[in-house]
Amino acid sequence: MPVAANTEFFIDPSRCIGCQACVQACEECDTHRGHAMIHLEYIERAQSTQTTPVVCMHCDSPTCAEVCPADAIKRTADGVVQSARKPRCIACSNCVLACPFGVPKMKSEFELMMKCDMCYDRTSVGKKPMCATVCPSQALHFGTREEVERLRPRAQPVNRFRFGQQWITTKVNMMAPAAPPAYIDVTAAMHAGPTGRRYALPVVGAGASG
Amino acid sequence: MGHEASKAIRWGLFTTTVLAVLIVVGSRNLAHFDAALVGYTFATLFAVFGITYRYVMWLQRPPTALYWRRGWQVFLDRRYLLGNLRVLVWRLLAVFASNNFIWRRGRKRWAAHWLIMWGCVLAALITFPLVFGWVHFDMPAGDFEHYVVYVLGFPTMTFPVEGVLAFLVFHGLVWAALLVIPGVMIAMHRRMRDHGAGAVQQFGEDFLPLILLFAISVTGLMLTASYTWMRGYAFDFLAILHAIAVILTLLWLPFGKFFHILQRPAQIGVAFYRDIGGRAGLAACARCGQEYATRMQIDDLIEVERRLGYRYELGDGQADHYQRVCPQCRRAMLAIAQGMLWSSARGPVVEPMFDIATMMSPQQER
Repeated sequence: MPVAANTEFFIDPSRCIGCQACVQACEECDTHRGHAMIHLEYIERAQSTQTTPVVCMHCDSPTCAEVCPADAIKRTADGVVQSARKPRCIACSNCVLACPFGVPKMKSEFELMMKCDMCYDRTSVGKKPMCATVCPSQALHFGTREEVERLRPRAQPVNRFRFGQQWITTKVNMMAPAAPPAYIDVTAAMHAGPTGRRYALPVVGAGASG
Repeated sequence: MGHEASKAIRWGLFTTTVLAVLIVVGSRNLAHFDAALVGYTFATLFAVFGITYRYVMWLQRPPTALYWRRGWQVFLDRRYLLGNLRVLVWRLLAVFASNNFIWRRGRKRWAAHWLIMWGCVLAALITFPLVFGWVHFDMPAGDFEHYVVYVLGFPTMTFPVEGVLAFLVFHGLVWAALLVIPGVMIAMHRRMRDHGAGAVQQFGEDFLPLILLFAISVTGLMLTASYTWMRGYAFDFLAILHAIAVILTLLWLPFGKFFHILQRPAQIGVAFYRDIGGRAGLAACARCGQEYATRMQIDDLIEVERRLGYRYELGDGQADHYQRVCPQCRRAMLAIAQGMLWSSARGPVVEPMFDIATMMSPQQER
């Protein structure tokens, strides 16, 4: 059964509080039981409180699948980019290194790439992905577009991302301000620091510099 | 028809012709070829054409082509060849003979794969030489107590008709079936009970191969049961059923899951690529400076992406290509880029900076 067409995934990293609930819940997903596929990143831990959850954005033209020499990554008709097919994956890490969002994980012990598949066992039967069911701050929200418009009147969901000269369109949306531009220029942040609340933690700072 | 497809067809015709010639030569101008098995032969010839076609098409995909070339380059590199050969033996034993990586993925999955794999290997080693007429058994003149094994028409070993070896050899396909059937049942059980597998499995990709292997094994065992205990009851019918199951499987070989048998050796090439790439130097992230992959792989990936039409080039002083940024920095950049949009939408906000040290010792002058 495909993922219902009227439900979508909306991510808002600026709302993440770094509670790790999504990481714990992710491990309970049946398609990768015991292994969390979501990334929870601490950005410049010594200077900022900023954290971000990173799930697969499910690109319309997935670079990970295109660079796979074993043709192991498939995108289902409903736009979900599946984890590597176990009989085919040869553990070369091309997908891990090529994904513009840094999503796939190489499980060297299994000689297998694993990635977020939007909890396909759940979303294909009308349920929400595990991470979205537990996120207390709605950094991860799975629902209808109408719900999001009602909940976030000053934001707009965008699904176009720029990486240098490359544009990528995704199934998963990221919440951006309602004003233009209606895309996120990821490589514009190449030299930027965290945008979350800053603090000085001299002990960690000294450790890091020493 | 594109250049890739015509190249694949040429290779397919070539390998099919080579096999046909080898069948004729190996069976001594078909003198030892069993005409009753002609259906199997033609199905095999079709399978060889289909497999070669798909393999050549696969090898022409930009990432596969590059890995194929690089894999052989690093393996045959004179500086590492001796060491590579030593490691190859170990990897063949660990990866192919014992399926160690599947063991780590799960015991049940490993048991299913290992049993099915060895059952199929055993059956293939017995069936194909017999079908092609490369191996046949005969009795020496005037001696009804022994069998002679002829390989490519040459007599090799002799063994007694009533001996243990004869029992083991002539029931080889029974042993193969007894490996495959439990393997298929374990795999089937997992597919029917595991929610994760249930979400992504497909009939043609995941069930059909198991059903075909089960059908071959069961009808094969029924043939043995028929001539051993039932005086050949329904033997002809069972033989046709068995032939249909085998021929369907051979015809399905190039299309479905069975094709992974030919793709898997690439896993060994990748391991050498990783080893030798590591010795040649690591790439450091253009943003954080941490090493994150081999330089060889990053350069190759940039080349592959260009061939695929991706344009991840950066107009940045520090990096020419987005590929030179490590995955962890990419994840951070995504959040920072989104944060920057919100910051500019909100306008400048003056926030007090928390200084933990000040909070811990408020009297201390800083």
